[in-house]
Amino acid sequence: MTTAPSATAPQKRSFTSAASVYVNERTSIAGFVKELGRKAFPDHWSFLLGEVALFSFVVVLISGTFLTFFFQASMVEVHYDGSYVPLKGVEMSVAMASTLDISFDIRGGLFVRQMHHWAALLFVAAIGLHMLRIFFTGAFRKPRELNWVIGFTLFILAMAEGFTGYSLPDDLLSGNGLRIIDGMVKGIPLIGTWTSFLLFGGEFPGTQIVGRLYTLHILLLPALVVALVALHLVFVVVHKHTQYAGPGKTQQNAVGPPILPIYAAKAGGFFFIIFGVLALIASMFTINPIWNYGPYDPSPVSAGTQPDWYIGFADGALRLIPPGWEFVWLDRTWSFNILVPLIVIGVFIVLVLIYPFIEAWIKGDRREHHIADRPRNAPTRTAIGAAGVTFYAGLWAAASSDILATHFSLTMEGVIHALQAVVIIGPFVAYFIAKRVCIALQKKDREIVLHGYESGRIVKLPGGEFIEVHQPLDEYDRWKLVSYESYAPLMIRPNARGKITVGQRLRASFSRWFFEDRIAPVTRGELESGHDTHH
Amino acid sequence: MAQDDHSGAELAAADSSHAAHDIAVSPGTAVIAADSFENPGFPPHRTRVTDENPKREKRAQRTVYTLFYLSILGSVWAIAAYMLFPIESNDVGAVRLNNMFFGLGATLALLAIGFGVVHWGKAIMADVELIDERHPIGGSPETQAAAVKVFTDSDQESGFTRRAAIRNSLIGALLVFPLPAVVLFRGFAPQDQVPVELLSHTMWKKGTRLALDPSGVPIKAADVTIGSAFHVIPEGLQDLEHGKLEEKAKAAVLLMRLEPSELNEAPGKENWSYEGIVAYSKICTHVGCPVALYEQHTHHLLCPCHQSQFDVANHCEVIFGPAARPLPQLAIAVDDEGYLIAQHDFKEPVGPSFWERN
Repeated sequence: MTTAPSATAPQKRSFTSAASVYVNERTSIAGFVKELGRKAFPDHWSFLLGEVALFSFVVVLISGTFLTFFFQASMVEVHYDGSYVPLKGVEMSVAMASTLDISFDIRGGLFVRQMHHWAALLFVAAIGLHMLRIFFTGAFRKPRELNWVIGFTLFILAMAEGFTGYSLPDDLLSGNGLRIIDGMVKGIPLIGTWTSFLLFGGEFPGTQIVGRLYTLHILLLPALVVALVALHLVFVVVHKHTQYAGPGKTQQNAVGPPILPIYAAKAGGFFFIIFGVLALIASMFTINPIWNYGPYDPSPVSAGTQPDWYIGFADGALRLIPPGWEFVWLDRTWSFNILVPLIVIGVFIVLVLIYPFIEAWIKGDRREHHIADRPRNAPTRTAIGAAGVTFYAGLWAAASSDILATHFSLTMEGVIHALQAVVIIGPFVAYFIAKRVCIALQKKDREIVLHGYESGRIVKLPGGEFIEVHQPLDEYDRWKLVSYESYAPLMIRPNARGKITVGQRLRASFSRWFFEDRIAPVTRGELESGHDTHH
Repeated sequence: MAQDDHSGAELAAADSSHAAHDIAVSPGTAVIAADSFENPGFPPHRTRVTDENPKREKRAQRTVYTLFYLSILGSVWAIAAYMLFPIESNDVGAVRLNNMFFGLGATLALLAIGFGVVHWGKAIMADVELIDERHPIGGSPETQAAAVKVFTDSDQESGFTRRAAIRNSLIGALLVFPLPAVVLFRGFAPQDQVPVELLSHTMWKKGTRLALDPSGVPIKAADVTIGSAFHVIPEGLQDLEHGKLEEKAKAAVLLMRLEPSELNEAPGKENWSYEGIVAYSKICTHVGCPVALYEQHTHHLLCPCHQSQFDVANHCEVIFGPAARPLPQLAIAVDDEGYLIAQHDFKEPVGPSFWERN
């Protein structure tokens, strides 16, 4: 096995090289391997968040494929005749009955079903955390703006996958979720009534929706997700990964272990760890026990009705609207209790989507950025992120308003009013606090660079004065604290035709907002002159 | 980079990087300090304990292959558990055991591979760190110019810009050609139905008896004691061949009996109740959840989905939550045999608001 006869290469060759040559002469893959195989891949724990998303998606695909062999996306009514005694003889759709069969009559079926659900929950959560990492470190800056857009689209698609997925079993909980969707769609002006009618194939609930969601869930949406994930990763290769500031790292290099073998081993191993953790959760913790809910029926509902966690923000937005936001005008019903949440969430989504372009426009910085920011070094961006997170969290918490009220013995009204305040005032508070904390941390960094660490060593001077000796930083640690750029507010200047445009004024006011309060990194001159004035 | 306000002889430090490649690229409002620190270069390489101590390396090696053997054990265990813990019919406990033991075997199989490979990568594989040079994403100016030339040439050759009539008519055709596909979506719902008509009527009509949900047993007025609440469907709903859930989604009703003195009835609807018995649509006017929770002593109804609250004593007007309209009232009476019946269908569409509703 160690040698392979070859006319062109008379010397002995290993199996590996022979095999590579065999494949290459038929695929021309060598150039690709040469280019990619030894690429340096920067390393940091926060870079794993995207991998968690990717790997949990792979688990979703594997487990979901297994489920398709058993699940029947039909709403034909049958009398349940499976192993779960409490529901025997109960009228339900084939979708619900086949989901119960997966859970109770197919060995390992419950395991795969629970793994699918848990992996989906992890998928969305990991995308969310990955996006926060990208946002707070400014890894969306040129040249990665488009990849931010792709990634955010994936986040939306993942939520759509989740919603279509948990609606499939046609149980009481998911049926109420669909009822809410139906009610929301009907509230949309002009097209709402017909959209709902066509979506459900007639009146709600109809006999079509599960089959239609199934097509979306296993065909259309996964195809989009797979395609966009592929594109997302192609861009990672094209851009090379960002890296954090550190000695030796520049905007022109990428430093890290090679893809083959170390990165491949770590990432490949990490895939199995994610897979294993999901298997552990699936074997120990129940998720979506539809047998407790029963089949969908428009009349009953259980208290504490809630969607999966990632839909919570939308449900919460509905709950926070005060009474009476609906009226008839021009002989038509205007449901602002539906429209306002839809518009607010829509605007929020668009703002997140286009944030990289806004920041680029304000800064006017056309250079490529491959060194990720420390969040404190971009205080306004970090504060905007904190405001956004607070806004989202307020909406999300509102989806549990009833549980908050019962659990902590509060009034429903009190909880809603408090959360209305969190959603409206909270972002401003979070913005202010985050910005001040960032600036304080930057000042601390300056202090450490200029005066070193407190060593804890107290020395008595000849004059009787006690001082604590400060230990200066070595040049490598110092570099991490000083290697960033600050931006100055834009100065308004007339353009070539001697005019000051409205766009220019707008940009200047944004720029003032962003960069008025800023802390510049320590320079060499400051360090040298500052040494003697303090101890 | 030679902007008037931010020029600096030494563009080293944080930005040295940029200076090397993108001489012509604007840094915008970035402040490039003249005397910023210089990148100190890579710190000395730190060896791992497995590089220095052959014993530790051996041990790491043992750990890795032990993990791989453990993984095989986990897989074998999962297969064994599949057979050892079959699902006995009608036994939920067996499902739980099968799920847990099969799952734990799979967990061991997967986690042991994962930890083994990662440990191999971190502790044993040669600890190399490579440095790749980054090149501008846009490639060289020549390549960019060549790409632009491809487009300008093809524009020239095709006349896309020049021949406006051809271009604009093509754009028009491309805009219109998907429309037939849009029309196809009408087939998503029955061709002979329109939604507004359907949404405006329910199964209730004059004389339909109020029946218990889900048994379908008709309700006598005498059985409705003060303070009680019944989940109600129209009699005959359970016998429908088709559209049972669709009808139920509109016709579900809540029946409550209050002291007649406590009822504040809407003008013109004084005779819609019967001796303190009132019936209201159970479908929330917000987004259509069943308003299933009745608080007897306050006469409030609560929707468990979005917490809209309705005051039954005050013709179900909204007292809190996102709903805007009161629950529609079903006018009831009593027939000769003492059963509760509907006087007529709801006088307004039930359930969530929709555009054409007025």
